Amino acid sequence: MTEKNAVIKVRDLVVGFDDVTVLDHLDLDVREAEILGVVGASGAGKSVLLRTIIGLLPRRHGTIEVLGVDLAKSNEAERRALERRWGVLFQQGALFSSLTVKQNVQFPMRENLKISQRLMDEMALAKLEMVGLTPQDGDKFPSELSGGMTKRVALARALALDPEIVFLDEPTSGLDPISAGDFDELIRTLQQTLEITVFMVTHDLESLYNACDRIAVLADGKVVAEGTIDAMLESEHPWVKTYFQGKRGGMLAERQMSTQPQGT
Amino acid sequence: MGEALLTHKLVGERLELAAGGSWTASHAGELEALVDRVTGEAPKAEDVSIDMAGVREFDTFGAWLLERLTRQWTGSGRKAKIVGLPEHDRGLLKEMHGVNREPPPKPQARNAFVSFLAAVGRGGADFGHNLVVFSEMLGAVSMALARVIVRPRDYRLTSTVHQFDRVAWQAVPIIVLITFLIGGIISQQGIFHFRKFGAELYSVDLVGILVLREIGVLIVAIMVAGRSGSSYTAELGSMKMREEIDALRTMGFDPVEVLILPRILVLIVAMPVLTFIGSMAALYGGGLVAWFYGGISPDIYISRLTEAISLTHFEVGMIKAPFMGLVIGIVACAEGLRVKGSAESLGIQTTNSVVESIFLVIVLDGLFAIFFASIGM
Repeated sequence: MTEKNAVIKVRDLVVGFDDVTVLDHLDLDVREAEILGVVGASGAGKSVLLRTIIGLLPRRHGTIEVLGVDLAKSNEAERRALERRWGVLFQQGALFSSLTVKQNVQFPMRENLKISQRLMDEMALAKLEMVGLTPQDGDKFPSELSGGMTKRVALARALALDPEIVFLDEPTSGLDPISAGDFDELIRTLQQTLEITVFMVTHDLESLYNACDRIAVLADGKVVAEGTIDAMLESEHPWVKTYFQGKRGGMLAERQMSTQPQGT
Repeated sequence: MGEALLTHKLVGERLELAAGGSWTASHAGELEALVDRVTGEAPKAEDVSIDMAGVREFDTFGAWLLERLTRQWTGSGRKAKIVGLPEHDRGLLKEMHGVNREPPPKPQARNAFVSFLAAVGRGGADFGHNLVVFSEMLGAVSMALARVIVRPRDYRLTSTVHQFDRVAWQAVPIIVLITFLIGGIISQQGIFHFRKFGAELYSVDLVGILVLREIGVLIVAIMVAGRSGSSYTAELGSMKMREEIDALRTMGFDPVEVLILPRILVLIVAMPVLTFIGSMAALYGGGLVAWFYGGISPDIYISRLTEAISLTHFEVGMIKAPFMGLVIGIVACAEGLRVKGSAESLGIQTTNSVVESIFLVIVLDGLFAIFFASIGM
């Protein structure tokens, strides 16, 4: 199964707060140019895993290699170089509230690249158009945006430097099903045109079916199941079973089954 | 970097460009200069062909610059052709082909003088608006107070006690320290200058009257405005940002009654208490300095003090205190509710809150001075 090299390698990772262990000797690979969906019950440690990989939370044990670099062993310059190669979409968008949308997208460019204001403007508008916004939206402030638009701007900012990996923390939470569907499609299209690797933490079953290549299920601080959606449907793990074949998952599973005969 | 990003060669009427290396974000700066230069390079050339076969890395920055290059050529009625672009990069170029088609919205150019006039006008209007906002807040607080007097069980006692602890009790050490030092400084300056006339003893009158009538209450009011007024504004402002105030309203609570009334009542009570403590600390500091620096023994200091000051001086200071508390509270809460979505606006309103409340406290003090003078206190 190693036809593509792993861009993120997590080995034997332990993360905890005070006397609670959230991630308990966890192993995970994210392969190049795939969309990996990470699911799990609320509080299972999905966001903790994401935040640990991008270096926001300290780990107790284990190694994390992103694009061949171990953050724990790298110096300041290596860390900065690595951080330029990924983009992060936070759950609430985390847009800078005192900057306009355009300035938000330009912020990473301004800090990291030596390019003219004209090119920066053109690139920012290009990125906004790529995520489905109009140039007029560029002059708005984050407090004037709807939830869906905030997510789109945050995605445009995450993509500002053409990263190799994009981390998405619940990209479709808080969106209506139609917007969420559009957003999944957007991620899929962008991933294909830009050939990026996407690490997506999600709760949204639809996203898992429509956008993700592979799924990793987190429970009890470990990855209990990993593979395609079909592998998930066949899994015997009780939580995975309830999740994918429960009331909401069941409907989608049936749809998946009924489309399969024609598909294959 | 070894490879040239863009080289050009003129073949008859035709400009042949060969691209190479990394057409990515990290080289975007150099690449942009090259792309812009090459358009002016061959004014006679009729068409251009761009060979992308040598490009190793290609991202949206590279794709956009390639698109910009072709647009610059085709825009002037000439032909442009891209060859040798790998299959998997075509999607990216196609994506870029569609963007930036409509001109970006132009920032509105303004005459400097007109914007200056506009700023002055806005300043004036804001001042008027501020007065309206403060009177509205005063009205809302009075209404809430009236409702609470009718139904005292609705009053938030726990919140009041908690606020009193923060605003009054926890402020005591810093207020004692500051007023103690200021009392000492006034005393030292009085002794130093009065000594020339041999009238050191009058420095006790100076300390007593100044501290009890003006300095005690003013210093405490300024400290409270900086310490508690700012925290009221920041608290209410971030609650407003996170829609907590809207949540209260939808649950049928009046934010003024729940959040603001207890805070303002606490300030009205805390100000006289702190003023009393502060004035005593200032008199004590003045006394110590008089003893060690001016050689005025505590016995003489106290007897001189009782001669110099009357209850009226003390009353003048204490009467002002609750009104100053009211002003600080009203300004702080009104500014807090005016916070909008951004972190910057929270900062601006907090600054405004402190500046305005200190200004109003001093104006109020001036008005009281006129009032007390005219009634002979």
